[in-house]
Amino acid sequence: MSARADPRGPARRAGPGWRRPGLLVLPLLAFLSVFYLVPVVLMLARASGPGLDFAPLAAALASGVAAQVFGITLKVAVVTTLATLLLGYPLALFTAIAPPRVSRLLLAAVMIPFWSSILVRSYAWMVLLGRQGLVNDALIGLGMIDTPMRLLNTSLAVYVGMIHILLPFMVLPIYATLSAIDGRLVWAAENLGARAPSVLRHVIVPLSLPGVCAGVLVVFILCLGFYVTPALLGGPGDMMASMLIAQEVDLYNWDLASAYAGVLLVVTLLIVAAFGRLLNLERVMGAGR
Amino acid sequence: MSANAPLVMSSGRAGRALLGLAALLVVAFLVFPVVVIVPISFSGSAFLTFPPESLSLQWYAKFFARADWLEATWLSLWVAGLVTLMATVLGTAAAFGVVRGRFPGQRLVVAFLLSPLIVPGIIVAIAVYFFYARLGIVGSPVAIALAHTALAVPFVVVNVSAVLHGVDRRLEQAAQNLGASAWTTFRLITFPLIRPGVLAGGLFAFIASFDELIVALFITAPGHVTLPARMWQSMRNEIDPTIAAVSSLEILLSVALFFVAARLQARAAGGGA
Repeated sequence: MSARADPRGPARRAGPGWRRPGLLVLPLLAFLSVFYLVPVVLMLARASGPGLDFAPLAAALASGVAAQVFGITLKVAVVTTLATLLLGYPLALFTAIAPPRVSRLLLAAVMIPFWSSILVRSYAWMVLLGRQGLVNDALIGLGMIDTPMRLLNTSLAVYVGMIHILLPFMVLPIYATLSAIDGRLVWAAENLGARAPSVLRHVIVPLSLPGVCAGVLVVFILCLGFYVTPALLGGPGDMMASMLIAQEVDLYNWDLASAYAGVLLVVTLLIVAAFGRLLNLERVMGAGR
Repeated sequence: MSANAPLVMSSGRAGRALLGLAALLVVAFLVFPVVVIVPISFSGSAFLTFPPESLSLQWYAKFFARADWLEATWLSLWVAGLVTLMATVLGTAAAFGVVRGRFPGQRLVVAFLLSPLIVPGIIVAIAVYFFYARLGIVGSPVAIALAHTALAVPFVVVNVSAVLHGVDRRLEQAAQNLGASAWTTFRLITFPLIRPGVLAGGLFAFIASFDELIVALFITAPGHVTLPARMWQSMRNEIDPTIAAVSSLEILLSVALFFVAARLQARAAGGGA
């Protein structure tokens, strides 16, 4: 073997890095266990109640208000996901087929809102949709309405705000799969006489499905946990699951809040587990933020 | 870069024009609300109107004159700095473990490390709040930073693993064959190669903490809140236009960070420095 090896010295560690590189996970694993896993497990344990009879959980599951709130949450998630897909796919497709300079510009336009905080963007919509806001001014200016409409603190405002915030999460993974498609497949289809609609239907859309699935899943899951935007833009009828949980914490119903949180967590994890194979977090989060 | 030919559609000229128009409208919807806040923040009147009837710096002056706003800003910067440090160190080490190591339950461990990205914020927020209440550390800046680190660290793991996958192991092997120790190899070869990913991950961690609201709402103490929590109070109660100035400053910060991140990502894709 190596003639240079010194038999007295400590054995030079074999291979690059450490002999057991897997051990490098341990510090983070320990950190997350203490400051994330243990708190969540302790919180979930509260749902069993002081008498260990699972009374808070039973109350949570039986509560009509909770059923209504979870129903609204699911509805908002479905509508927002469909809307971001409908708006996001054309943008992603055009970004993928546009000349490089246009494409870079469009990506920057998607990324800059992505980098600004949810709070700031919700605030922007509060200003735009207010009674004296730009949207009302524009509608009056166009002669479509006479007096300012109530836009803020409505379900419409919640949808607009959430679609605005989640759209990049849909565009980025779809764009990532579209830009990875081998352009020669499109040439081949076109040379064989396919027109744009059939190229789209038979080549581009099927090949972009992994990105679509990733985007749909991420947007849907993020919707389920939304708090800031519906709280700022919505009205009393737009309470979502996170707001219900926060409200019970404020009322010192900590066990009930924990039970609701447990239900929300289980719903989220079940969806991830069912479709988790489609979820490439690196693609979604690494593509930009 | 991929070896694939770029995606070009030569058929359907009219369809492409229509698609371009749709894309433009969607982009306008995305960008407009973010951009329009900036001119609005210079409004000279007591209302936020666009276009502003008169221009002034009154809301900026108010922000810089108010101790509560400045204290909140410093607290956020301090917490985000600490989070960046902790998340970068822990996350980079873990990315090495995940990419280079083989251990039982690896997929489950990776899912756990990345799970703060998908677990609803309110769940983490109240879990940490109950936990900190029990320990009596609600309101401590270090405690806020610890909670934020858990939320920020997946961004580092994702970014560093992405670049680590692209590192040519033969460069490290060459260094070691020439007698470099594991640490020297890391310092002189591996780290320079993954630096863009580490910096990008750190940037994400910083902004994740600096923008974080839900956890901060529960675990900050009155009179000692982070900037997003201070903004939240203002939006809920006073509707104070100072927020427009704060938001504009934050938007400028986001744009700056975006350009830094874009450069880092271009460097990472280009194979290191």
